Amino acid sequence: MISLFKHTALATMIGLSTPALASLAYVSNEKDNTLSVIDTDSMEVVDTIDVGARPRGILLSKDYTKLYICASDDDTVQVLDLATRKIIDTLPSGEDPEQFALHPNNKHLYISNEDDAIVTVVDVTNKDVLAQINVGIEPEGMAVSPDGKWAVNTSETTSMLHWINTETFEIEKNIVVGQRPRHVEFSKDSKIAWASAEIGGTVHIIDVGNLEQIHEMSFKVPGVNQDRVQPVGIELTDDGKYAFVALGPSNHVAVVDAQTYEVLDYLLVGSRVWQLDLDKDQKHLFTTNGVSGDVSVIDVAELKVIKSIKVGRYPWGVVVDPTS
Amino acid sequence: MPHRYLKAFTGLLAATVLSNSALAEPLEVGIGYIQWIPDQGPVLSNVIPEPEDAGLKGAELALQDNSTTGKFLGQTYTLESTVADSGEAAIAAFDSMRRKGVGLFVVNAPAQTLKAITASANEETLIFNAGAKDDELRTNGCHANMLHTMPSYAMLTDALGQWLNQRRWDEVFLITGPTEADKGWADAFRRAAKRFGLEIVEDKPWTFDADLRRTASKELPLFTQASDYDAVVVADVRGDFGEYVPFNTWLPRPVVGTQGMSPVAWHRVVESWGAAQLQNRFRELAGRDMNSEDYAAWAAIRSIGIAVTDLGNANPDAIRSFLFSDKFQLAAFKGRKLTYRDWNGQLRQPIPLVHPRGLVARAPFEGFLHPNTEMDTLGFDRPESECRING
Repeated sequence: MISLFKHTALATMIGLSTPALASLAYVSNEKDNTLSVIDTDSMEVVDTIDVGARPRGILLSKDYTKLYICASDDDTVQVLDLATRKIIDTLPSGEDPEQFALHPNNKHLYISNEDDAIVTVVDVTNKDVLAQINVGIEPEGMAVSPDGKWAVNTSETTSMLHWINTETFEIEKNIVVGQRPRHVEFSKDSKIAWASAEIGGTVHIIDVGNLEQIHEMSFKVPGVNQDRVQPVGIELTDDGKYAFVALGPSNHVAVVDAQTYEVLDYLLVGSRVWQLDLDKDQKHLFTTNGVSGDVSVIDVAELKVIKSIKVGRYPWGVVVDPTS
Repeated sequence: MPHRYLKAFTGLLAATVLSNSALAEPLEVGIGYIQWIPDQGPVLSNVIPEPEDAGLKGAELALQDNSTTGKFLGQTYTLESTVADSGEAAIAAFDSMRRKGVGLFVVNAPAQTLKAITASANEETLIFNAGAKDDELRTNGCHANMLHTMPSYAMLTDALGQWLNQRRWDEVFLITGPTEADKGWADAFRRAAKRFGLEIVEDKPWTFDADLRRTASKELPLFTQASDYDAVVVADVRGDFGEYVPFNTWLPRPVVGTQGMSPVAWHRVVESWGAAQLQNRFRELAGRDMNSEDYAAWAAIRSIGIAVTDLGNANPDAIRSFLFSDKFQLAAFKGRKLTYRDWNGQLRQPIPLVHPRGLVARAPFEGFLHPNTEMDTLGFDRPESECRING
């Protein structure tokens, strides 16, 4: 199914004589209202796509044919067809969508509505709004566990993780964490959730089985004032070896042993590093650097920054299409 | 107002039904807000009036923010607010709220009124100064139960001083208005000039009493005559003449200070670090832009909210201890966690430098070093203040 889809997509792309056949990364540029498309083999920007106002969170459909884009200032979620690179649809999203997460069923999209203290659940197949769930002030981070059981929302000003049962769309548990929680990332087996708190400067490790915090991490970047160490994006390798934590205006990414929660290294990247994504074989990690307007590429085996790629103004989100 | 109570009540119900481990005993937190802004007298450049509810709306927004968090924890917040028409009325409002059992206060009033209020404060009261910028309240007129969320004149002028230094615009022409506030601002700037190596080439009091709307272009060029300077610094807190200084100086130089480019606690042009969301929430509530007074009141009530979330009670003494502990950090849309200085109760904070339609820079600047936190390069640091409110 997927390969068929991709085959058709590929055929279409060839038909349109789109040059890129290599693996692609998509970067949302918050202040340019564009996406930059990066060829992850040549590490160059191969295309720039106009999208809605203030694009922030982006994610791929589970069949990798579409890219969903939070166009925050347009109060909508746009659907980009990856084969044609055209916006083919918009979804009702509630006001000011910032981040979102797609359920493994490829249907239910959980959207943080930052200005409304609400999480909106939309069925992407028929655009039905299935639920609107009241959460804390400034809902931001959104994640759905790989087993599909939990949706987690972080509310920045309330400083809580809200655990939403994906069957009932009701909050079952609220966990108070450090100030300004930004992002949640699940381990592949859905057993552990990692949550970053930007102002708290902490990462909270939650045991999903009993919904209790089992560890709290903090970071000390040599030569950087502690105030500037602000964890945001988190990315875990599938082999369970590493967690990468973007540390915002400290301009570093922390490399963490995902089993012992020990910080192994700090890697210097661009200014105000925000979100992260691994490429398909998990050899490279891409980081968006909001202030310097570029993407840093980290070699995962060597734990070294090997390249920086200039993109648009205020790059926010990054996803790599693992099938391209 | 009834709508908000209804919302809080529903929130409470929902929280009770849910198996919420963070759920504590139901708790009601009462906060008093007292505002008294003296009449500024007739001013010349009064084209754009200041909002009369500056401060109050910030308090209301923070109360909403606290209530949203509280509904998950079984905590409700109420705000009793008084906009007084005299200093005496403000003090009377404080006494009356105290008698009703309110222990947490946000006061937006001149230093003199604030001092009269704090004179009767004890361990059962905690007062946030969200209005008075006077340095004296942070250097020797401190009170153990008073915290300051409004930046002091010294913090504001140090921000400006650092900026002038790093721009290498170090020769300035200072114009000071006639009011006590103008003198307070100018004294703070003179201190900043010494700290950051600026030279005040002319230090002139404003004495003209003509209406500048007719004659600014004629009078100000003559008034600002000097051999040379890099910038003109205006100390005109109430906005009497300062708006007419830009573009009317003898030499083609920028104007900074209380007008032109100004150091402020908050302004509509601040949008980074999630501030856009705070600005949107505020505009929706108040129908106008958020200013420094609103921000100071907001920060005070959010500080209370964060403490109550952690403590599970609203005891003023316990809140005070928590706010000075390592556990407290305020996420307040300035790109850094904010904390209170333990010697004088001042909230440390970056200071935006703004012009009416844009952000120019944000102090503290790189290179101004401090052993503890760069934010303490702004205002009176521990060795420079006589206050020791925590011993």
